[in-house]
Amino acid sequence: MELLDRSIVEVQAALARGEVSARELAEATLARCADPAHAGVHLDHDPARTLAMAAAVDDKRARGEPLGPLAGVPIGLKDVLVTRDARTTCGSRILEGYRPPYDATAVARLRAADAVFTGKLNMDEFAMGSSNENSAYGPVKNPWDPSRVPGGSSGGSAAAVAAGLTLGTLGTDTGGSIRQPAALCGVVGVKPTYGRVSRFGLVAFASSLDQIGTFARDVRGAARLLEVVAGHDPRDSTSVVQPVPDWVSACGKDVKGLRLGVPREYLGEGLEPEVRASIEQALELLRGLGCSVVPIDMPHTRYGVSTYYVIATAECSSNLARFDGVRYGLRVAGKDLRAMYGATRDAGFGPEVKRRILLGTYVLSAGYYDAYYAKAMKVRTLIRRDFDRAFEQVDAIVGPTSPSVAWPFGQKTADPLQMYLADLFTLPASLAGLPGISVPAAKGAESGLPVGLQIVTPAFDEARMFTLAHAFEQVSPGRWDRAWPRA
Amino acid sequence: MTAPTAWEPIIGLEVHAQLLTRTKIFCGCATSFGAEPNTHVCPVCLGLPGALPVLNRSAAEMAVRTALALGCTVRARSVFARKSYFYPDLPKGYQISQFDLPFSEHGHLDIEPEGGEPRRVGITRIHLEEDAGKNLHGVAEVPGQSVIDLNRAGTPLVEIVGEPDLRGPEDAVAYLKKLRSILVALGVNDGNLEEGSFRCDVNVSVRRRGTEAFGTRVEIKNINSFRHVQRGLAYEIARLTDLAERGETFRQHTRQWDDERGRTVFLREKEGSDDYRYFPDPDLPALVLDEAFVAAQRAQLPELPDARRHRLTSVLGLPTYDADLLTSHPRIGDFFEEILRSRPGDGAFAKRAANFVMTEVLAGTTTHGLEVSFPITSSQLVELLGLVEAGTISGKQAKDVYAAVQGTDRSPKSWVESQGMAQVSDASALETICQGLIDQNPKQASAYRAGKTNMLGFFVGGVMRETKGSANPVVVNEILLRLLA
Ligand SMILES: [Zn+2]
Repeated sequence: MELLDRSIVEVQAALARGEVSARELAEATLARCADPAHAGVHLDHDPARTLAMAAAVDDKRARGEPLGPLAGVPIGLKDVLVTRDARTTCGSRILEGYRPPYDATAVARLRAADAVFTGKLNMDEFAMGSSNENSAYGPVKNPWDPSRVPGGSSGGSAAAVAAGLTLGTLGTDTGGSIRQPAALCGVVGVKPTYGRVSRFGLVAFASSLDQIGTFARDVRGAARLLEVVAGHDPRDSTSVVQPVPDWVSACGKDVKGLRLGVPREYLGEGLEPEVRASIEQALELLRGLGCSVVPIDMPHTRYGVSTYYVIATAECSSNLARFDGVRYGLRVAGKDLRAMYGATRDAGFGPEVKRRILLGTYVLSAGYYDAYYAKAMKVRTLIRRDFDRAFEQVDAIVGPTSPSVAWPFGQKTADPLQMYLADLFTLPASLAGLPGISVPAAKGAESGLPVGLQIVTPAFDEARMFTLAHAFEQVSPGRWDRAWPRA
Repeated sequence: MTAPTAWEPIIGLEVHAQLLTRTKIFCGCATSFGAEPNTHVCPVCLGLPGALPVLNRSAAEMAVRTALALGCTVRARSVFARKSYFYPDLPKGYQISQFDLPFSEHGHLDIEPEGGEPRRVGITRIHLEEDAGKNLHGVAEVPGQSVIDLNRAGTPLVEIVGEPDLRGPEDAVAYLKKLRSILVALGVNDGNLEEGSFRCDVNVSVRRRGTEAFGTRVEIKNINSFRHVQRGLAYEIARLTDLAERGETFRQHTRQWDDERGRTVFLREKEGSDDYRYFPDPDLPALVLDEAFVAAQRAQLPELPDARRHRLTSVLGLPTYDADLLTSHPRIGDFFEEILRSRPGDGAFAKRAANFVMTEVLAGTTTHGLEVSFPITSSQLVELLGLVEAGTISGKQAKDVYAAVQGTDRSPKSWVESQGMAQVSDASALETICQGLIDQNPKQASAYRAGKTNMLGFFVGGVMRETKGSANPVVVNEILLRLLA
């Protein structure tokens, strides 16, 4: 098996032993990226920059200088993270060609860790979407089946890892935007606890929900990448002062005796039969590892979608107000100021973004605020309490990441509500700010497409999440080296 | 004061005061003014994608001191809210402000309006927010275009919302002057109306005397001096009264004061659609001001102008006029008190010192915001007034010495010595001179003794000539009267 198809942790070791140079790895990455089958994954792809970063790492190693924990490891970045040496468009026309003057904190930490950047990855415009069909720069194809969506909004980040174009990627998860595409592309995707990773330099969609997380082929790789980007940042007032544990070491610990809760609400209507079958099989495997699996009640799950879409759209209507054509990005001239604003935003934003700005503007308007935004915030508290109560009985909550496997392009675009329901199982943990991971569980019996198992643990208990995910990964028929489109 | 009519004006003021923090409220950019446009900016205050605010602790400290000085309660947990509107000088499309949970409420201000009774007026609330940038029109390099300077964007502001307790232009001016003197004394604001660091929006309506309900309100903008407040309000009250008497109604709107033409002009309707869509800013946790924080700020409150004035009048017996002038700026008060420290508790000296400071020193003193530059240092002045108190020089000579040492680092004492100005008070030396004069002028001495008392002036003049004016006239008088008796 080629090195590019191995885990970040193994590749790190190979690089450290000198079995492979950063440049060789970078060249292998670039060779795969050049395959036209993967067109659309990247929004900014600069082979010269990637090679230069790799060469710099090799030089440092040759000079015997100290190297960071990801020295030479190829990493891709969702295009919602600002980068001082690459365009950042957020998948939107309104930021076409925009070059930020600074690095996001997570990006700066990867740079400091000597990672090699492989490019900026496609995404739904401003992270709004569940299929990556909302990118202004075209869709991303699911590496398992090019006629199907990769999920979203971090579609490019998931597909890049699934296609072996890079070893790990950063994505962002607001309501499921890491976990859902990870499930649909058959890779590992982690959304840590809200506040774990600095949002400084993450172009905001919904500030109280947005969280940066990682994609990798295996659990240890995702954990290693998260260790590097996590940790308090004084430039983000919502970032939390909490030590970052050694999550890779948490992988491999025993899970015997862990109590796992399966919300009855997650196995109800709307779940595709092959997804249900795969998850039931996964629960069986977990029992086999010595875990007990019990049904639990999460009664406010059914309010998750509406609560989420009120809060997220309210925040996005405000966060996206800065794209006004005045200081940066697209400007479309108008006869006066108001006309310039209108023309710029009309031309710059796609239909889904406009829909959410309108919805958010409406729910924040005087006279509607209490009925929508204030009420949604109350329901959000109730959803949090569902989790608090559940964690009194169980150590982790498990279930399907997505109600369906990857669907064909265009299938849900006509009906936004159908698209929103794709995030039904990921939204509650987002609203509660809890860590969640999607681990490949199986290839669906009917479609042969990947199904993901979601594991949610209490706030700041990513260690247990990684332990459990890693243990399951070892027995999962969906594990990357057992079920791989390249294999 | 205008004669009372059947109509009573109701005035409420909103003041925006820039806090004198070193850096902006949510980023590390300097707050200095007058810099090249767009040089004190960063991703945060430019509202670049991905940037996040982090509250500047010293802004919260200054805001709390402001609240405490104005008798406000401080909320233990207040919330930053986003106020949304589109305008080119507002980089994020929203202003970070406070809405339903401001950090402070329920304060008051004691005012003494000119020609009116001293009284207490209410302060509804104070909240913390960020300033916007500035749109510039008619810049030479870009003719016909508007450009934006964002140096000011993110400067911390407190908005101080007053109760509609003011009843005339004099009240409004007294309120603003008092508020400004407190903010300046606190060192949190430089009180500069012209440069916009202390800005005021005026709300005014009229109602029939004896009734409760308020009339339709008008907001007046572009008021950037106390004179504008006085004139603008006088004009607007007369206009509203006239409308009310004629029974004319109008919609709530905003007007602008045109100082050149001496009238307010219609600016815009108060839009019914003015909906700022406030909601709690998810980028900022609640502002927690616990008891220890508030107590620490309370401990740092300086003596406020009222207390200082009271001390000068009641303890040292200075007239109110003097006390007002000497406490009109905290640095002037500090300067004066440094002089007083040379003779603590001496009320008579305090009055003489006050006279000298008011007539001589303040004439050459310049004030710019919190900065005051005096023509003489307090230690020079202490030395100079000491020479007068000791009888070394006369009060008249003191003015000459002042003229010679101001703006220099000369010591008044050395100057007096070098110029031979020291007043001769040595009785024996003066007695020799006096006796000599009497001996040389026996005719005049006899005339005096015969009753021509105005002849005394002849001898005094003679002593002064001989001593080149440095003789202490009091001592000379005494000696001559004794020798000629
Ligand atoms: Zn700044």
